Amino acid sequence: MAAGDLELVKLTKRYGGTTAVEAIDLRVPAGTYCCFLGPSGCGKSSTMRMIAGHEIASEGDIILGAQNITDLAPAQRGTAMMFQSYALFPHLTVLDNVAFSLKMKGISKEERYKKARALMDLVDLGRFETRMPAQLSGGQQQRVALARALVTDPGILLLDEPLSALDPFLRLRVRTELKRLQRELGISFLHVTHGQDEAMALADLVVIMKDGRIEQAGSPQDVFHRPATGFVARFMGGHNVLHLDGRPVSVRADRVRIGEGGEDARSLSGEVRGVEYGGATVTLVVHAADAGEITAVIPEEQFYAGPAELGETRSVHWSRRDEYVLQAA
Amino acid sequence: MAATNRTGIVPYLQAAPLALVFLLFLVVPLAFIVVVSFWTYDNYQIQPAFTVQNYADVFDRCIARLPTLCTTFRTYVSTLGFALRVWVLTLLIGFAIAYFLAFEVRSKAIQSVLFLICTIPFWTSNVIRMISWIPLLGREGLVNRTLMGLGVVDQPVEWLLYSGFSVTLTFVHLFTFFMVVPIYNSMLRIDRSLIEAARDAGASGWQILWNVVVPLSKTGIAIGSIFVLTIVMGDFVTVGLMGGQQIASVGKTIQTEISYLQFPIAAANAVVLLATVLLIVFALLRVVDIRKEL
Repeated sequence: MAAGDLELVKLTKRYGGTTAVEAIDLRVPAGTYCCFLGPSGCGKSSTMRMIAGHEIASEGDIILGAQNITDLAPAQRGTAMMFQSYALFPHLTVLDNVAFSLKMKGISKEERYKKARALMDLVDLGRFETRMPAQLSGGQQQRVALARALVTDPGILLLDEPLSALDPFLRLRVRTELKRLQRELGISFLHVTHGQDEAMALADLVVIMKDGRIEQAGSPQDVFHRPATGFVARFMGGHNVLHLDGRPVSVRADRVRIGEGGEDARSLSGEVRGVEYGGATVTLVVHAADAGEITAVIPEEQFYAGPAELGETRSVHWSRRDEYVLQAA
Repeated sequence: MAATNRTGIVPYLQAAPLALVFLLFLVVPLAFIVVVSFWTYDNYQIQPAFTVQNYADVFDRCIARLPTLCTTFRTYVSTLGFALRVWVLTLLIGFAIAYFLAFEVRSKAIQSVLFLICTIPFWTSNVIRMISWIPLLGREGLVNRTLMGLGVVDQPVEWLLYSGFSVTLTFVHLFTFFMVVPIYNSMLRIDRSLIEAARDAGASGWQILWNVVVPLSKTGIAIGSIFVLTIVMGDFVTVGLMGGQQIASVGKTIQTEISYLQFPIAAANAVVLLATVLLIVFALLRVVDIRKEL
């Protein structure tokens, strides 16, 4: 299967009068774990479904490797999709589910079962061959869906909110598993999610979308350190988005400290509106008159060296180097 | 509270009304039929007795004369033949209609409207819908006049009416909807993402139909088949009216015997027919586990 870079060129999707995806450009190098991140309705799922071939692009092109796949049938693109609800065939055994696409290609029973078993070993499903999907737990179903998608040797695996149906504990384990698989297979994974922690933990490339446009695309570090817009800063969390010197600015909450700062620091004071103990850190909310609410995440021992009480007026400060100017929204 | 009630008498009381209806209107009459099938009769009366003579009469010399078919066997072959033909046709047409409604029509509102339109023929009686075919198919009917007008035939086509053809046609016309409803119902429950997943796996339209839609519509197909097969097996009105009273069917045999007041042998025939239909239903249920989805 021709694995290669995935490129989206002015890709657009319209449903009647509304535009779900508006002329987005993106390049995903081969072998990348890419997360599409954004609130619901931001166009991330539509983008993925266009790449998969389950939605027809209204305009623009999708290029995979050397091939323009915009108008190809789903199975001819070298992509495979794992559905949010897994979409396992309820009338087929686990083995037949995994071997389904090989059966459609007319591959002999012996050969397709051999291939399917190899994939099932990869995701540790060997024991469940003869079970029906309804007899499996959520995590097991997820692995069946994964094996079924991978059996076609796709160049890109598309995962539509693959962890949303799992409980929090399982979510962490499966997350690690997905990353391991992506490394082992060396193909690109395109993962749609609305959880920023998921994206941060997994992605080589994070694509943050809002209202059908890409707000920012970059490594998790890039996106977290230097959010391009107030939306990104707020969505990623852990940032204060403030209006200082007549322009929008972001300051990471964990860079804010209590007390007056020195020469190169900016100090503001205000009423303490919230103190929240969080184990290793304490979260402090100060209401500064002009700038608005400022959240500070302070290591526990530093906080208790000079604790703040609700209703007190305290000052907080941060280094001016930690201020990042945002694009005006 | 609900948990404690479950073991008490309440659930039985709740089920009692329906059980009573079944007992009164199904079990008791059936029991009467079985009992009467062992009674004797002459020209004037039926008498309580216990004789298997009626059953012997039903199968009079049937085994001995094989391979030549006796009247009873010939009637069954004819009736089963109708049942099979009607079943295949209603299944094909019904499945296609259900598929169209469930998968091709996107809007839920239009789906419901089209479905309701399908029920309009049921606003008139079966018999009216049956005999409305007669002016169409008769010797001087619309079809023959058109064919002759077009010069396709010189003589009126005789087999259009009062033939196996007209009987089959009328059955299909009357009962296809009994196939549509349960199949449509099964199809509505098929998760649309399964179709997408199949397409993602490279399945063609026919492959999706055969590997995903048909297996998941099996329950509906089985229920529809039971409706159609049981109705056709027991029918005597359609075969009588549309067959010009010339075509034999098990139902008609029983009707004739009743009109001669030969109740015991009619009852014996009914029991044999019931057994045949039950065999067919059991065979169907062996292939498809209906309870799984009810």
